[in-house]
Amino acid sequence: MENDLKEVAKQIRINTIKEVYYAKSGHPGGSLSIADILAVLYFKEMNVDPRNPKDENRDRFVLSKGHCCPALYAALALKGFFDISELRNFRNINSKLQGHPDMRNIPGIDMSTGSLGQGLSAANGMALAGKMDGKSYRVYAILGDGEIEEGQIWEAAMASSRYKLDNLCIFIDNNNLQIDGSIDKVINPYPIDKKFEEFGFYVMNIDGNNISEIEDALNKAKEVKEKPTAIIAKTIKGKGVSFMENVAGWHGKAPNEEEYKLALKELGGEADE
Amino acid sequence: MNKDEKIATRQSFGEELAILGGKNDKIVVLDADLSVTTKTNYFAQKFPNRFFDMGIAEQNMMGTAAGLATCGKIPFVSTFAMFAAGRAYDQVRNSICYPNLNVKICATHAGITVGEDGATHQMIEDLSLMRTIPNMKVMCTSDDAQTRWAVNEIAKIDGPVYLRLCRYATPKIYENQKFEFGKGVQIGNGTDATVIATGVVVSEAIEAMEELKTKGINIRVIDMHTIKPIDKEIIIKSAKETKKIITVEDHNIIGGLGSAVCEVLAENYPTRVYRMGINDRFGKSGKAGELLKYFKIDKTAIVEAITQDN
Repeated sequence: MENDLKEVAKQIRINTIKEVYYAKSGHPGGSLSIADILAVLYFKEMNVDPRNPKDENRDRFVLSKGHCCPALYAALALKGFFDISELRNFRNINSKLQGHPDMRNIPGIDMSTGSLGQGLSAANGMALAGKMDGKSYRVYAILGDGEIEEGQIWEAAMASSRYKLDNLCIFIDNNNLQIDGSIDKVINPYPIDKKFEEFGFYVMNIDGNNISEIEDALNKAKEVKEKPTAIIAKTIKGKGVSFMENVAGWHGKAPNEEEYKLALKELGGEADE
Repeated sequence: MNKDEKIATRQSFGEELAILGGKNDKIVVLDADLSVTTKTNYFAQKFPNRFFDMGIAEQNMMGTAAGLATCGKIPFVSTFAMFAAGRAYDQVRNSICYPNLNVKICATHAGITVGEDGATHQMIEDLSLMRTIPNMKVMCTSDDAQTRWAVNEIAKIDGPVYLRLCRYATPKIYENQKFEFGKGVQIGNGTDATVIATGVVVSEAIEAMEELKTKGINIRVIDMHTIKPIDKEIIIKSAKETKKIITVEDHNIIGGLGSAVCEVLAENYPTRVYRMGINDRFGKSGKAGELLKYFKIDKTAIVEAITQDN
């Protein structure tokens, strides 16, 4: 299973690079850092059915850091929500694959996001609705570590614990980089774990690029009662592509042809035809 | 119009919402620590399990409503207009309107008629901000019966709606009136002028009409309860049938009802329009009635606008 998930994560990374390369724009760095989490969520953890993407009993996922949708679109395509060939059209005027997730037009997207700081609130709403209706679905979200500089995240965090949303589990993608540099140098949201703890979350610190640690954390999260869970996932921005790793400049930049080929080679992928 | 029986639209809203809650169990209500004054507390008392106090955190409240709507709930979200349309604008735009989610934003304490709280709480840009967002529908009701109708009507619409409500108690205008979403209500048949008004100042326009009648000037009033989509037909018809068009609103003259009317006439039947409203300045403290007079959007100002230039 773990090897299968590693392979999925690898395919998410390869397809992320392809999407951004074809679009000549997009956000590779933070997409590569969350590939392992998405692999575990979509290929092990979450109860979702590509044939019935709006099933009211499905688990929900909100990509609060919406700019990292290349990785999410890749995961959805690999899962079968739409044809993998559609990824080639990412950000294209004729494509449904918008620059940020659009729940109205993309199968498998549960919430439109993009303006940072807003996803946790929506996830709270989904979790609240599930509690009201006595449904057993769970709600997952990935937040950026830079994103949590937005005040709305902390408004939402208060509400998550006030309403005892133990059906909610969020990841903080702690790759330590935002556009202007290291998050501790820009405005410093650390200590992230203690902040969420003080806001009433059950908190775990893991290596977010380690499949088995992600699996274990998700299993533990399901045991937590009366509290939401926050998994602080230490990750590497640009993970898997040596020249992108830990480089803020790859936040929102597409590789040129040479870089594209090199990235695919490092990831173990091949260019299309 | 019954000048002796006054009620604020926020009050009618709160009472009707509590009734509607009994008819439709998909309705949930969110408030931001203002339920006593937005009057969602009536709903909260009857349906505590469907009421969520989100604290003084309007941005999160809008996003939470969006999430609830994705799961089939019909969230009615209430706070002051300043915070609903102003502070949480990005959340309304991106989390609610872009995905076209079924959230009803019922914003009370709009306009300068908030009164004593002054400029920081007197939202005079909300119609402008809300009507420019794609997918959003915008209403601004003028009296008790119309507000009660609107509360029920917006629950039937699939998609986001902004309902503008006021703190200031105004006369009951209608008895047994049929309303239709997107259709203005014509009051009177005069041809000397048309006063197109919305919300809290509609009763001022009706009083002006009655006073003008005693001076031999016959006007008509259009109560424009739906700002978007705006009733083009009634605007064009009035421009054709009457000598002048005046708009009145407790809102900045930029971007609200006056602008919406101008857009319709400029494209369809070019007509000079005189916009009455807050003349691109901030409000100030005072009693609501005093402020209507001060900012020249009361009965007297409407009468003057019509007689001076007649």
